[in-house]
Amino acid sequence: MKALPMRTRLYSLDELEDIPGTKVFTAIRSRQAYHLHKFCMSLMEAHNRNAFKADERAYLDRFRMSDEQKEAVLARDFNKLIELGGNIYFLVKLSNTDGWSTQKAVGSMTGMTADEYAAMMRAGGRPIEGNRSIKEGN
Amino acid sequence: MARITAGIATSHVPAIGAAFDQGRTQEEYWKPVFDGYEWVKGFQEREEPDVVILCYNDHASAMMLDVVPTFALGMAEEFEPADEGWGARPVPTVMGDPVLAAHLAEQLVIDNFDLTLMNHMDVDHGLTVPLSLMFGKVDQWPVRVIPLAINVTQFPTPSAERCWQLGEAIGDAVRSYPADLNVQIWGTGGMSHQLQGPRAGLINPEFDNAFLDKLIDRTDDLRAITRLEFLRESGSEGIELIMWLIMRAALGEKVEQLHRFYHVPASNTAVGHIVLRPAG
Ligand SMILES: [Fe+2]
Repeated sequence: MKALPMRTRLYSLDELEDIPGTKVFTAIRSRQAYHLHKFCMSLMEAHNRNAFKADERAYLDRFRMSDEQKEAVLARDFNKLIELGGNIYFLVKLSNTDGWSTQKAVGSMTGMTADEYAAMMRAGGRPIEGNRSIKEGN
Repeated sequence: MARITAGIATSHVPAIGAAFDQGRTQEEYWKPVFDGYEWVKGFQEREEPDVVILCYNDHASAMMLDVVPTFALGMAEEFEPADEGWGARPVPTVMGDPVLAAHLAEQLVIDNFDLTLMNHMDVDHGLTVPLSLMFGKVDQWPVRVIPLAINVTQFPTPSAERCWQLGEAIGDAVRSYPADLNVQIWGTGGMSHQLQGPRAGLINPEFDNAFLDKLIDRTDDLRAITRLEFLRESGSEGIELIMWLIMRAALGEKVEQLHRFYHVPASNTAVGHIVLRPAG
């Protein structure tokens, strides 16, 4: 049987990879992070937050996450967690449990200190110029 | 006959909710943000809407893990504020309107929008922060709310054009509802922001202000914005702006701008807010 052509896209999916410092959260990443995300959402209940705080490693072992994902949770390495499929809206359940502001969690991914990041935001944020495309460098 | 009397858009930043709940609205950092919403609180007192159709996105509170509906309509009598990891916001339970919601569901499916119907869900900051900004601190919300949750987080999201079409169909559905109701439609989220990776903190005021300008009378330009362009130009979370297009389309072709506000930053985000009135 002849394969049907795929529907025409307005742009190639590769272009989603061309945005500097950005991982687009796709259906396949969502699958990759399913158990990580299940852990994050469990933190929406106070008794689970308490159990996690009491023994992080033991609590994480209740979930079918990869060891890499568990290590990244323990290290609060949000860039790594996003690389492993995570999405920020799940991950902030973890930083909220830690009592972090969203700004602190988000800023931790930029290589800046929390103060430097806060100052950049007060000054108007990260400019778009130079941050649109890796290929075009604009 | 039910009428849509206003369309309102606003950002729905969680830190705004936290500042509001902790009584920090007059602090130097937050005062300019909250001042931008003084006008609309007076407007709402004069308007006394009966129902708000509130377009927002769930932030991994009630959806996104096991189910990822593209368009999900809240059918319940009540929606409780979600616990997003530090306790639920101390705001009133959100009261729904199951009869109007059922009418919307029926009409929209006839119009080929295959909605997901939610008989139970908690609502997070995406829905409750706009309510706080429009009505302030209250013992109960002065409106019934029909939540309409849109997937703006997991790619592929719906397109800007699809959101526009849905907004038009919602407008038609409301206008075919026999009860005499004063209905508002709200679009929330945005404006430019990125909450992930080394590009986090991105803000694009040129893009945002052009979006606000075109929302009045150059909407064809906005309908043509691709998902890729939103991601590039307004940040990975700026694509929430497609929800503003549902609101705008429901108002019909011509609108009058009653109020507009733009401020950078609230936490990681550019705050935008606009109040529109259908004009003929
Ligand atoms: Fe949002």
